[in-house]
Amino acid sequence: MGKYINIFMKGMTLIVKKTTQLMAGLIFLYGIYVIIHGHLTPGGGFAGGVLIAGAFILLILANGSDFMKLTKEEMGSTIYENFAVLVAIFLAVSGMLFGAKVFFLNWLPKGTLGELVSAGMIPLYNIFIGIEVAASILSIFLALVIFKEEISE
Amino acid sequence: MEITISIITGLMILGALYAIHAKDLLSAVIACGIVGYGLVICFLLLKAPDLAIVQIVVETISLIIMVAVVLDSSREELFTKPDAQGYVSSVTAILLVVVLFYFFRISLETLDTFGHGTLRMASHYIEGATAKTGSANLVTGVIFDFRGYDTLGEATVLITAVLGVITILRIKGKK
Repeated sequence: MGKYINIFMKGMTLIVKKTTQLMAGLIFLYGIYVIIHGHLTPGGGFAGGVLIAGAFILLILANGSDFMKLTKEEMGSTIYENFAVLVAIFLAVSGMLFGAKVFFLNWLPKGTLGELVSAGMIPLYNIFIGIEVAASILSIFLALVIFKEEISE
Repeated sequence: MEITISIITGLMILGALYAIHAKDLLSAVIACGIVGYGLVICFLLLKAPDLAIVQIVVETISLIIMVAVVLDSSREELFTKPDAQGYVSSVTAILLVVVLFYFFRISLETLDTFGHGTLRMASHYIEGATAKTGSANLVTGVIFDFRGYDTLGEATVLITAVLGVITILRIKGKK
């Protein structure tokens, strides 16, 4: 059992570390692509958010929890999560201020169908829901890792 | 296509049954993975790529976390002999399955055939959603426009889950 604790603290072998350093950036970019093209191609805020969280989880699992200052990371991710949900609610409320007084009103101009900047408010909702999902899954994972560290001390 | 889906569903049921009865917990976790990835193939066959993407990513991350937990704790399952209460609950479960299957069999006759016929609401979405929302992906248009409240509720559920996890898993604050 001591071997596995060592894996969590110090990380895996050099091959795994190098491979994850190469792959994590690509996975992060793919998550951003899925979020931004959410209103054109399959995917959206939820799928892309989980992909972005997966890139971070991969780095933490490969490099071990000593690699980064994890308590600071958890602070950051919880702050991002709450901020993103607040912005999403403000965007929904902004429908009541402009145009017809309806919650979740799509009041921005629609644009042409199939272009990257189109569909009014929908890409904005996608982006902030993506940030929220990524931050919340990452903070659940970090809470588990930090709990494990504190218990083994 | 129905035959393929039936075969995959049978494999998923076998995987779930093996996951309950496996002695080694690591192989039980891998057998749980069969259920998740089989579901991904079913979603792809039923032409729901949005769901398939979400399912494959969430399944991978939850498998990684479960494997890490199993490697970190014990790999062997603790066997407990079923007592009187266990027998009562298993008999109740079997009775419930029989009753549910009976009513499901009755309700099948009033349903449309598999893959045909749309509800009144759904046909309204399919006809008018693209013009009303301006989004080329119909699913995103429905999620963030017609069913915005639903999405807001999901985001709130995630926030509440994180709050619960952080509240339970704190050690320094408890002392």
